[in-house]
Amino acid sequence: MTNKTVLHAKHLASGAKMVDFYGWEMPINYGSQIEEHNVVRQNAGMFDVSHMTIVDIQGIDAKDFLRYLVINDVAKLTVAGKALYTGMLNEEGGVIDDLIIYFFSDTNYRLVVNSATREKDLAWMNKQASGFDLTIIERPEFGMIAVQGPQAKAKVAELLTPEQIVAVEGMKPFFGVQVGDLFIATTGYTGEDGYEIIVPDNTAEDFWQKLLDVGVAPCGLGARDTLRLEAGMNLYGLDMDETVSPLAANMAWTISWEPTARNFIGRDVLTTQKAAGTQPKLVGLVLTEKGVLRSHQVVITEFGQGEITSGSFSPTLGHSVALARVPRSVKVGDIVEVEMRKKLVKVTVTKPSFVRNGKKVF
Amino acid sequence: MSNIPTELKYATSHEWVSVAKDGIVTVGITEHAQDLLGDMVFVELPDVDDSISTGDDVAVAESVKAASDIYAPVSGTVVEINEALEDAPELVNSDAFGEGWLFKVKLDDASELENLLDADGYASSIED
Repeated sequence: MTNKTVLHAKHLASGAKMVDFYGWEMPINYGSQIEEHNVVRQNAGMFDVSHMTIVDIQGIDAKDFLRYLVINDVAKLTVAGKALYTGMLNEEGGVIDDLIIYFFSDTNYRLVVNSATREKDLAWMNKQASGFDLTIIERPEFGMIAVQGPQAKAKVAELLTPEQIVAVEGMKPFFGVQVGDLFIATTGYTGEDGYEIIVPDNTAEDFWQKLLDVGVAPCGLGARDTLRLEAGMNLYGLDMDETVSPLAANMAWTISWEPTARNFIGRDVLTTQKAAGTQPKLVGLVLTEKGVLRSHQVVITEFGQGEITSGSFSPTLGHSVALARVPRSVKVGDIVEVEMRKKLVKVTVTKPSFVRNGKKVF
Repeated sequence: MSNIPTELKYATSHEWVSVAKDGIVTVGITEHAQDLLGDMVFVELPDVDDSISTGDDVAVAESVKAASDIYAPVSGTVVEINEALEDAPELVNSDAFGEGWLFKVKLDDASELENLLDADGYASSIED
C-alpha cells in the first residue's frame, strides 16, 4: 500500500519524478536536482514534508514523560513555542529516532518524527508512557511544507495575514507559533533561513499553489538530501540507527547530562560509553578531486577503519563531501583514504558541516 | 517514452553508436540512461589512442545518484573524446544524443555494428 501526501496531485502537475520513500510516493525531483539545490541556496525553494509524523503529547505528566523519553531535557524549554532537537534511545543506547519537540506548556508538546520510523516510534512511545497520565495523539490531518532559502521568509510573508506577520516578526531560530490555521516554525533541514509550516489538509494544495505563484520553486527529496548533507545534518537510517550511539553520530550536543538526577532511557549506557571514550565519531570528509564519496565506502585511517554514512556531490562547493564514522583519535585536518571504485583516494577530515547560509564553513 | 533516434544503433547497456563515417563512430549514452542516472556531476572518459574492446568498462558517468560504468559498444581505437564534458557534464543530461556525446572510436571491424540493436530493439529492451 503506497501512501500519498495531500500534495501528490500538485507534484504531478509540476512534472515531478515520483519515487517510493519508505511507503510514500514522493517527488525525487521536478527535472534537475542540482537546480533545485541551487535555488534553495540562492533564492527560495519548498519541499513537501507532509509524510513526516506529527505527534502531540498532552497531559499532566507530559513533561515528566518527555524528560524520561529523550536524551535532551525538555525542562530547558520555558518559552512557549521554543523547539529542541534530540534523540530517542532504546535501552541499549541506540537511536530509535531523531526528532524535534515544540514546547507549548508543561502539559502540551508537539513532536515531529521521521515517517520511515513512524510505527516503531509510536509503539515505543506508547509502551514507555505506561504509568504516565497523558495522551499521545498522532495528527495525520495536516500537511507540512518546508520553505527554505535566503528569500523564503519574504516570499511566505506575502501570503500571511497581518496577524500572522506580527506573530512571526523577529521570531528566533527553532521556534514555532500557531496563528490562524498555520503552525509556522523557524526550523529546517537545509542550513538556510526559512520556515517549516504545518497546514490543514483541506488548505494545503491552495497554500502550495500560492507559494508557486509567488515564485517559490518546488524541490524534491534529491535536493533535500544534498542540502542537508552540506549542512551536516544527520539522516536517520544512514548516519545513525538503533545500533548507533548518539556519541558516535554527532548528537552528543543533544544530550543533557545535567541534572544528574534526571533518569532517561539509555542514560546508564551513555555514561559508561562516555567514560570509556572508545565510541567512534562522525566527521566530515572532503574530496576536491573528481569522484563522488558514497554511503558505505570504507575509510582507512592510521587508527583503524571507518565508514562513510552519507556521501554525495556538493552542488554548492562543486566537489564531493561526506559524513563518515571513524575512530575517535582521527582529527580535523587529517588526511585519510577512502576506498572508491577499487582505488584509494585521499580525503581531508573536517568538522561534520560544510555549508551554512550559502557559504562554505570548513 | 524516451526519445530514441532511429538513425543510431544501441547496446542493451544503454550506449548509442552513430553511423560510421570513414570507419569512425561516435558513442554516447541514451536519453533513457541519463534520465535513470539523474544530474551528471563527473564524466570520466578513456584516453585518446586507447585501444578498447566490446564490453570493456571504458568510462564512468557519475551522477548525483550513482557512479555508472559505461561499456565499449564496439572494438577499436579511441580517436577523440568530448572535452567539453570536463566543465559541463550536464550536457549528457540536456543533450544525450548530441552535445553530450562521449568519445569517438575508429572501428576495428565495421561489421560489428550489426550486432547492435536498432531503435525498435532498444525500445523493447527498456520496456518494463
